[in-house]
Parts: sequence; C-alpha cells; structure tokens
Amino acid sequence: MIAADIQVVLPELVLSVFAMAALMGAVYTIKDRAAPLLVWTTSGVMVLVALWIAIAGPQGSAFEGSFTSDGFSVFAKVMILMSGAAILLMSEGYMARHGILKFEYPVLITLASVGMMVMVSAGDLIVLYMGLELQSLALYVVAALRRDSIKSTEAGLKYFVLGALSSGLLLYGASLTYGYTGTTSFAGIIEATEGGVSTGLLFGLVFLLAGFAFKVSAAPFHMWTPDVYEGSPTPVTAFFATAPKVAAMGLFARVVHDAFGGVVGDWQQIVALLSVLSMFLGAIAAIGQRNIKRLMAYSSIAHMGFALMGLAAGTVLGVQAMLIYMAIYVTMNIGTFAFIMSMEKDGRVVTDIDALQMYSKREPLKALAMLVLLFSLAGVPPMVGFFGKLYVLRAAYDAGLGWLAVAGVLASVIGAFYYLRIVYYMYFGEERDALDPGMSPVLWGFLMASAAVMVVGIVNLFGIEPAAAAAAASLVN
Amino acid sequence: MIGIEHYLTVAAMLFVIGVFGLFLNRKNVIIMLMSIELMLLAVNINLVAFSSFLGDLVGQIFTLFVLTVAAAEAAIGLAILVCFFRVRGTIDVEDVNVMKG
Repeated sequence: MIAADIQVVLPELVLSVFAMAALMGAVYTIKDRAAPLLVWTTSGVMVLVALWIAIAGPQGSAFEGSFTSDGFSVFAKVMILMSGAAILLMSEGYMARHGILKFEYPVLITLASVGMMVMVSAGDLIVLYMGLELQSLALYVVAALRRDSIKSTEAGLKYFVLGALSSGLLLYGASLTYGYTGTTSFAGIIEATEGGVSTGLLFGLVFLLAGFAFKVSAAPFHMWTPDVYEGSPTPVTAFFATAPKVAAMGLFARVVHDAFGGVVGDWQQIVALLSVLSMFLGAIAAIGQRNIKRLMAYSSIAHMGFALMGLAAGTVLGVQAMLIYMAIYVTMNIGTFAFIMSMEKDGRVVTDIDALQMYSKREPLKALAMLVLLFSLAGVPPMVGFFGKLYVLRAAYDAGLGWLAVAGVLASVIGAFYYLRIVYYMYFGEERDALDPGMSPVLWGFLMASAAVMVVGIVNLFGIEPAAAAAAASLVN
Repeated sequence: MIGIEHYLTVAAMLFVIGVFGLFLNRKNVIIMLMSIELMLLAVNINLVAFSSFLGDLVGQIFTLFVLTVAAAEAAIGLAILVCFFRVRGTIDVEDVNVMKG
C-alpha cells in the first residue's frame, strides 16, 4: 500500500533527497566553491527527472487521492523542471561575475521546484497548501539573495509580505471550503458541489481564487510583481517569470477543474474579469517603463491575462490553449532573459532600454534574435507567440466569451507598442555609448535557440499540441 | 449557547484586523509580521471550529500543518528583515521605498 504510494511520488522524493544531500554535502565541505559544480549537477538532475517523468513517469493517485499524477501534472512538471534547469545553466556565469554564486542557490531552486511539482499534483487542500508554501518560502529567500543590496533585500521583503498575505487569503478560502463541504479532498469537494454552491462556499471559492491570482500575478493582485522583478538579481527574475508562473497556473487549473469543475459558471466570471484586468493593465502600465526588468514584469502580467483567458473558457480546449500558451511564454522568456542578463556596460549591469539604441549596428545577429523574440512576445503573426494567442482567443470564443476575445485582441494591440518600441530603438534609434560586446556561450545558445524556436515552431509547434490536448483531457472530465 | 457562528465571527474579525493591519500600518515592518500571524491564526480558529462542528479530524490536522508552516514563514520573514535592516539601517514601512510601487 505505502510502497505503491511512494512509487507515485518518487520523482519529488528523489529531488528533495538530492536537495538535502547537496546542502549537507556543500555545508560540510567546500561551501561556496562547490557552487558552480552544484549548479551544473542540479540542472542535470532536473533534466533527467523531467525526462523520466515524461517517458516513464509513475501515473495514478497516491495517499488516498491527495496526490495525483496524471497527464496534466506530467505536462506541467516537465515544463517546470526544464525551465528551471535552463535558468540554472544561464545564471551560473552571471552570478559568478557578480559574486553572488552561493551554493544555497541551486538547493533553493530545487526545493522550490519540488514545491511546484507538488502544487500541480495536489488532490487535497492540505497538499496544495504545503506545496505552495514550499515553493514560496524558497522563492522569498532567493529574491533577497544579494544580501548587500538594498534593492534585492527590499524585493525579498515586499515579496514576503505580499506573498504571506496571499497565502493567508488562500488559507481562509480553504478553511471556508472545508467547513461548507466537510472535506479537504478535491474529489469530495466536487461531490459536495453537485447540487450547487452555498453562499459560504462561494466566499471560500472567491478567497481561494484571490490567493491564486496573487501567485500568478494577475491584476488587481499584481502590485508586488514590478518591484520584485526589478529588485531581484536578474537570473532570479528570469526564474520568477517562468517556472513559478507555470506552477501557479497549473494549480489554478487543477483547483477550478478538479475541485470546482461541476460549477464552472460560479468561477468563470471571476477568472474572465481577472483576465481582462491583467491584459489591459499589463499592456498600458508597461508603456511608461524604461527599466527592462519592470517592463518584463508588466509583460508577464499581460501574458498571465491571456493564459487566464484560456482557463476562463472552462473547457478542455481552454485548458489545452492555456498549456500551449504557457509553454510558448516560458520559451520566449528564457530567450529574452538570456539577452537581458548579457546587458552590461563596463562590467556593470544595465537595465535601461535606452542603452539598446542602435544595437543592431554593432550586434546584428543578437539584435535580430531579440527582434524575433519581441515580435513573438507581442504576438505578431509569423512568430509562434501569435499562435499561442490564437489558441486562447479561439477557446474563449468557442466557450461563448466573445467579448473577452475582443478585449484580448485590443489589449494585445496596445501591448505591441512597448515591444515594438524596443525594436525601434535597436534598429532606428540614435547612437549611444555601446554596451559591452560579447556574451557567454551559454546565454548566446539559449537566446539563439529560443529565437529559432519562435520561427521554426510555426511548422507544427514541435508536436506540443497533441501533448497539451491529452494533458487537458486528463484534467477536465 | 455558543455556536459555530460565534467562532466564525471572531475568526472573520481577527482576519480582517490582520488584513487592515497589513495595509494601514505605516510604522513598522514587525507589525506587518504580527498582522500576518493574526491572519493565519484566524484561519486556525476557523478550521478548528469547523472540525469540531463537523466531527471530522481533518480540520485539526490542517491546523497543525498551518502552525508549522507559519513558524517557518516567520523565521524566513525575520531573516529577510535582518538583512534589510543591515543595508538600510531602518525597518520603518515608509522607508521600504527604494523602488516605486
């Protein structure tokens, strides 16, 4: 009995044991000098676990349904682990150059990833909470990783306070849900809501959704995002923009479909509202930003709005669209952040977009890759980013949310402005002091690969569509 | 007779005091940590009340998990606060403002 349960959670166990072994090993031996080796090993282990989950991962539910491993969780876990591994590889050089390569960093990233894997597999409110907190507590610490910088510690503090507030809201919702359904398991909740939702339970649902909205940084719960993105060290920002977003979105989908799948009408309007607000706020507020990290923060708010649009549809197609959108979003962000990490002048980090003026003259190839990525982020047709938007728009339209699809198109037109402004600076700006030339081979590789994916992917999206469809079908029933 | 609704009212009041304490407090970050703790404890009252009302133990188990995580959360919050104090020299809420927003 217990052996079968352990079998299902084995990937999480392997990663947690690895994290603890790495921590102990490094503490008692060479401490920070082990960091480069540890970063590479960790990302290797994460890739291996991702492949294991994808090819021969254990399926089924464990611990009386409180932990589920199905097609949906496999899809999300592979995305989480792959993006985590990619960000780790990218951060090694950057962090070593700026003297913040601590051995705790890969350990914390691993623990956060374990938390995310638990989140997307949760089948019970207690498991959901434990996974969420494991992820959040590890992320608060990495946000404040640069201990001697005011900005980084302030980012950590703000993230902590608002993250704890969101956990509180979510827990209050969980307690009301428990009280009014008499159970914490998703299977029990979906049975209890067969006859509709009582007022108390509705309050619980709203609090739960508010907590999730904080975690995915959807407007109006987005206020921590720009500051945390700006203050954290850039590799950490890149991590925040990818894996935790996938996990939070996966958790969101898991709860609304697994626990509240019988009462789609009760949460659909809330999710649609979150989606519209995020898309417009992300598109409009980014226009005034000169700092590329803050700009990416608003960009991620807008992108979360689009992903939520898929979720708001409340159908299999909607979840499929959301998964495809998240996969594309993560790929684009890895490439974009690889570029941002290479922006330096005289060895100092530069984040002002003015520094990119006439970049194309000095580095035509990198400027071209960035152009492709920015077009894709904006959703300009030939790039893959456009197809991501197309999927969610179609899902929303098919679900009878035509107004939401129209709002999405409008928001994406407004949002295109600030992406295209960077392209304008790079190709038609005025001459400025040049950024440092050169880029570490790892960053260059990720930038080019990501840009290439955005162009080549239009052929068949690398077969991600049937995979996402199968994952969505396993969640919605 | 004290019924479940009284417990829920107390918990709701404590929760709201916690949320307001977080937003209205302009003085000290420590008070924010206390407000967060208040919110989590309000949730615990809720859970225990429901657990006793439903005659179901899961709520009390949930409470134990919440207490444990709240302790870890407070530890991490204080650690970040110490780092912040070292570089900034103050823990006034008004001085957590190097970045706008």
